Amino acid sequence: MVKVLLWGTLRSAADGQAEVEVEARTFKELLDELAARYPGLEPQIKRGVSLALDGKIYREAWFTRIEPDSEVVLMPYMTGG
Amino acid sequence: MALDAYQKREFKQVGTRPNRPDGVDKVTGRAMYGADVTAPGMLHAKVLRSPHAHARIRSIDTSAAEALPGVKAVVTSADFGVPEDAFLLDVQDHCMAREKALYDGHAVAAVAATSIAAAKAALKLIKVDYEVLPHVTDLDEAMKPGAPVVQAGRAFENVPAGMSENVTHHCEFGHGDLEAGFAKADHVIERSFKTAATHQGYIEPNACLASVTADGKADLWVCTQGQFFYRTLCSAILGMEASQLRVTASEIGGGFGGKTMVYMEPVALALSRKAGRPVKLVLTRDEVFRATGPTVSSSMDIKIGMTKDGRITAAQARLRYSGGAFHCGTVDFGAQAAFAAYDLDAVRSLGWNVMTNRPKESAYRAPGAPLSIYAVESVVDELCQHFGLDPLEVRLKNAADKGTKSSYGPTFDQIGLKATLEAAKAHPHYAAPLGPNQGRGLSCGFWFNFGGNTCVSLSVNTDGTVGVTEGNPDIGGSRASISLMAAEELGIPYDKIRTIVADTSSLGYNDVTDGSRVTFAVGLATIKAARDAIKKMCSRAAKIWGIDEDAVEWVDGAAVPAGPNAGKFPPMTLAEIAAVSAETGGPICGHHEVNADGAGVSFGVHLCDIEVDPETGATKVLRYTVFQDAGKAVHPSYVEGQMQGGAVQGIGWALNEEYIYGADGKLQNPGFLDYRIPVASDLPMIDTVILEIPNPGHPYGVRGVGETGIVPPLAAIANAVSRAVGVRMTELPMSPPKLQKALAEKG
Repeated sequence: MVKVLLWGTLRSAADGQAEVEVEARTFKELLDELAARYPGLEPQIKRGVSLALDGKIYREAWFTRIEPDSEVVLMPYMTGG
Repeated sequence: MALDAYQKREFKQVGTRPNRPDGVDKVTGRAMYGADVTAPGMLHAKVLRSPHAHARIRSIDTSAAEALPGVKAVVTSADFGVPEDAFLLDVQDHCMAREKALYDGHAVAAVAATSIAAAKAALKLIKVDYEVLPHVTDLDEAMKPGAPVVQAGRAFENVPAGMSENVTHHCEFGHGDLEAGFAKADHVIERSFKTAATHQGYIEPNACLASVTADGKADLWVCTQGQFFYRTLCSAILGMEASQLRVTASEIGGGFGGKTMVYMEPVALALSRKAGRPVKLVLTRDEVFRATGPTVSSSMDIKIGMTKDGRITAAQARLRYSGGAFHCGTVDFGAQAAFAAYDLDAVRSLGWNVMTNRPKESAYRAPGAPLSIYAVESVVDELCQHFGLDPLEVRLKNAADKGTKSSYGPTFDQIGLKATLEAAKAHPHYAAPLGPNQGRGLSCGFWFNFGGNTCVSLSVNTDGTVGVTEGNPDIGGSRASISLMAAEELGIPYDKIRTIVADTSSLGYNDVTDGSRVTFAVGLATIKAARDAIKKMCSRAAKIWGIDEDAVEWVDGAAVPAGPNAGKFPPMTLAEIAAVSAETGGPICGHHEVNADGAGVSFGVHLCDIEVDPETGATKVLRYTVFQDAGKAVHPSYVEGQMQGGAVQGIGWALNEEYIYGADGKLQNPGFLDYRIPVASDLPMIDTVILEIPNPGHPYGVRGVGETGIVPPLAAIANAVSRAVGVRMTELPMSPPKLQKALAEKG
């Protein structure tokens, strides 16, 4: 199981939890599992999210491996100027 | 260790300052910018724009314009479809109003004619029947009950019930117990701030040449930060297959984020398709201001608690940003960045996006971050004044470091904030004396940086030179940096390499030049493409020598036997291998494609001294020093240029630049005479101190440097001005009338 930290606005879609646990070995599995378990997260996931894995920010990268003790943080999709 | 991870090495070329490859073309006027491209039979386009801030378009009659001699095509929204995708529909609606004109200057029709004069004359013959609607250009007003609704039904699911329909997005970040944190404070300050929308202020107006042929193939030459993204948007809006539209990026006369979005390019393509001839469309400065990329405007409330020894106990930001008449997520970045420089147990940032009757926001260097950090750093400075503490020591005491749980969630890896603060503390600037009416300000800044989709092709020419093909317009010296990294890796001189920016049909997809990504991501791909070519060259040498290719390694630009057991052969240089490439297996190229991650966040600290004239309220910047972590400065002159440019743009934002709307909802200052950007005579030399704390996610340790530099100046200047005049300034820009008023009220 991987612990995923959700930003504040998403917590209402995850039964008020700031951190949820999902069974996932990759980002793709993690996003699919989150959307399946918490349908309220799906609109944001479809609009785009970034993921921080042990402090490193990924914008896509479905197949990035996640270890059970990794720190995973869901973030809005990053853009820049 | 992964090959894309940082490996310590002694650089031979990276870190030097060779001449810029675009220098001669630019100083001799030969560089081809967006408006410089022409084509046989080319038509000229002009755009009709709404004179109203908010109006329903009842009808548009183009018949008289179409009948005018020389006019070859007129388009309105009726010439475009209605995309299902909400983002794409917003992009298209911004290019050409559909049902309503949403801001002063919104495009409603366009004409292509054989001359600019004929196109202008035709615009006057287009009859638009408007139903003028109430408008709102101030974001606080737009949030009030009963405010005119800019676009109905656009709020995301995350907006709390009961808010104005103009509120389309809400976000919240943070951790810890705020109430308990504030209870621990010896003093709490709450302040509200406002900042005006500003423009990126690029000198080159948006320009393009579109050519659609009868068989449906199309070309677009355009000044852009991202030819591939423009292809994606334009082909989708025009209903074309991406392969049929080739987009070529011109040299670019400034972008700063503002040229990451299409504004009139789909219109030029639609005109060309309708007319059957190439169409050039060049915006005037007035149009650039009224209808392209301003930043968000903002209204913010900050609350911070501090102990008397300078420890921040709790911090909260409530941020309201307006990205104009469309959806905008920039407040997400402002909210995440607001407290990123601090190691806090209790922190919360909340954000709302509010629609107003203004043009659609476009990115501007570190979008969203300068505003929230301005407000936060102002309150931190005021707390330091309250307790009589050294503002630099307080920041050091609270600074985020490796292992800090950031205010936006992730735990920081190696970061350079404390090192930049220590560098500022040790710099003579910090101890220099100040005179009357002078003040010193400092601020931390932060930006995320990212990598993204990147594709590089590197070809070894038979004369021993090398071509690098990349897909990102060079907005800050990337061609030089890419050439330097290729030279370093290949072990050949910098001047043996030429890097060019490819069109969309010549290379795989590359993300836009934004997010401070290019030197990091394209550099990474270039290094790997060079390694790919080196592997092939080692293989060729092995064949020539008749040994196993694993027994060959690359040293200082040549293949050499790897150890005494591999045999005795003299080094075979890149030029020697290239010269016989036809005989040994054909052309030698290296490629790499990646969606790069691990860009590494960036911090900077700015220190400035200013003097305020108490009679006129005019502010003069006396001294300014930028401290920034570059990871590894590949070409230090360009890095310094980025740091200086960011500082100057931030100084303009702090002191003079603003979109001024009248009660009629019209932009009152769409020109550089009335919209005052800093020029050289307004500024001192901006000093720079580059720190090099390697990014663990890049082979050479590179971090992006393009955006962080614009983040701290707003607060650094505001803190200096506030200390100089003895009044906390809470609204940007701090133009002379505002300072005069503040001084008068102070008495």
